[in-house]
Amino acid sequence: MEWLSGFADTLWSTLDDVLPIALVIFGFQLFVLRRPVPNLRRVLTGFFYVLLGLTLFLQGLEQALFPLGRLMAEQLTNPAFILEGARQLTAAVHWSEYYWVFIFAFAIGFSTTVAEPSLIAVAIKAHKVSGGAIGVWGLRIAVAIGVAFGIALGAWRIVTGYPLQYFIISGYVFVIIQTYFAPRMIVPLAYDSGGVTTSTVTVPLVAALGLGLAESVPGRSPLLDGFGLIAFASLFPIISVMAYAQISEFRARHGVRDK
Amino acid sequence: MWHAFLALGRSLLDSLRDLAPIIIVIAFFQLAVLQQPIPDLAGLLGGTLLVALGLTFFIYGLDMGLFPIGESMAQAFAQKGSVFWLLVFAFTLGFSTTIAEPALIAVADEAAEIAAEGGMIETGNESMERYAFGLRLTVALSVGLAIVIGVLRILKGWPIHYLIIGGYLGIVIMTGFAPETIIGIAYDSGGVTTSTITVPLVTALGVGLASSIRGRNPMVDGFGLIAFASLTPMIFVMAYGMII
Repeated sequence: MEWLSGFADTLWSTLDDVLPIALVIFGFQLFVLRRPVPNLRRVLTGFFYVLLGLTLFLQGLEQALFPLGRLMAEQLTNPAFILEGARQLTAAVHWSEYYWVFIFAFAIGFSTTVAEPSLIAVAIKAHKVSGGAIGVWGLRIAVAIGVAFGIALGAWRIVTGYPLQYFIISGYVFVIIQTYFAPRMIVPLAYDSGGVTTSTVTVPLVAALGLGLAESVPGRSPLLDGFGLIAFASLFPIISVMAYAQISEFRARHGVRDK
Repeated sequence: MWHAFLALGRSLLDSLRDLAPIIIVIAFFQLAVLQQPIPDLAGLLGGTLLVALGLTFFIYGLDMGLFPIGESMAQAFAQKGSVFWLLVFAFTLGFSTTIAEPALIAVADEAAEIAAEGGMIETGNESMERYAFGLRLTVALSVGLAIVIGVLRILKGWPIHYLIIGGYLGIVIMTGFAPETIIGIAYDSGGVTTSTITVPLVTALGVGLASSIRGRNPMVDGFGLIAFASLTPMIFVMAYGMII
């Protein structure tokens, strides 16, 4: 019974998400374009599937993976767990004692990005538009590696307490320089991949990790230092996707082929 | 009928494969690092199956509904030839999908708490609510504007990197002037604006527009709308922090 009411809640909030979009689309279609929607039945069925799919997806995450993931983030950042590694109670714990946190940040960043529905959507589109030059899996793995690095580095920043803007601004400078060397075709897609990575799956788990870290590291305020992980997660995929294209181009030019 | 089931089974397997990394990571950390049993194994497996089923339906619906409607509207607007209505559509789409975004609502509420604690606004429910709503409105406006700029770029064929680099410079300059407390929220707000339904729709719109305008390459010109939508909120949120 509890499950059913949870399902109804999720369905309701997904409907909240879909409704404004549907209103805008059908409103413009009727009053501005003034033409019937081609394959209306098929499109409506598609919308229904999207709604049903997202509801089941979120419901499943909320029921199984999120509680465990959040609990894990809390436990890993708990001083008791970290100090056990340090073996003694000194006032300042060196950042390297947090190694499990960084490994967890990397692993959870990678694995949640691979399952991110909006990234799958963009990868399917990019694969079709590029005539197969961009692989669905290649793009997803490239983005996932970027997010993994971004979140691990972001966790390191929270532990060490360096100002966020230094990292983000140096990241931008790097992206600008890299843009000039990357194949022109990949640049817009790479910029896009920064924004698509962080949605339904990644954000809740990453937010829990950031909050847990900011609460447990001495001298950090959860309100101020808990932010910033998402910024890292949207910056690094830009770099890794451009690098993916650069590596593919380099391999193609030098005649290295997959078997 | 048999074919449909076979196809469904195959995409269900694909979805399970997509989810495998998360399950491996969680199981490894739970069993090997934290050395604790998995609390509710049946619930975990059931939930995972729901997630896989959901992902399968989502991708089906994507191909049937979201992608085709995005592209057919892009073509219809291109044929109609009214730039004005296209831009109005772009703005409305960006604004309406962002204002109700749950992730944004959560971030805005947290931001209001920080602002109240930092003494930037009065502590009290009313002023905090006003601050949070103002922030949401700001982000939604900025996303609407972003889609408009992105669509204009596709129409005119402007190279994307000049615009994005210009945006980055804007962010760097604003960072120097914005209050310290808003910077983290501003940087994060870029990532939370684009939801799972908006992304495929906006991507299909961009690619559809670039394919139906002569001289545009869907790969070079079609992508990039999301990039603008994650850039402008950072600038606007910092500006909001400076004004309030």
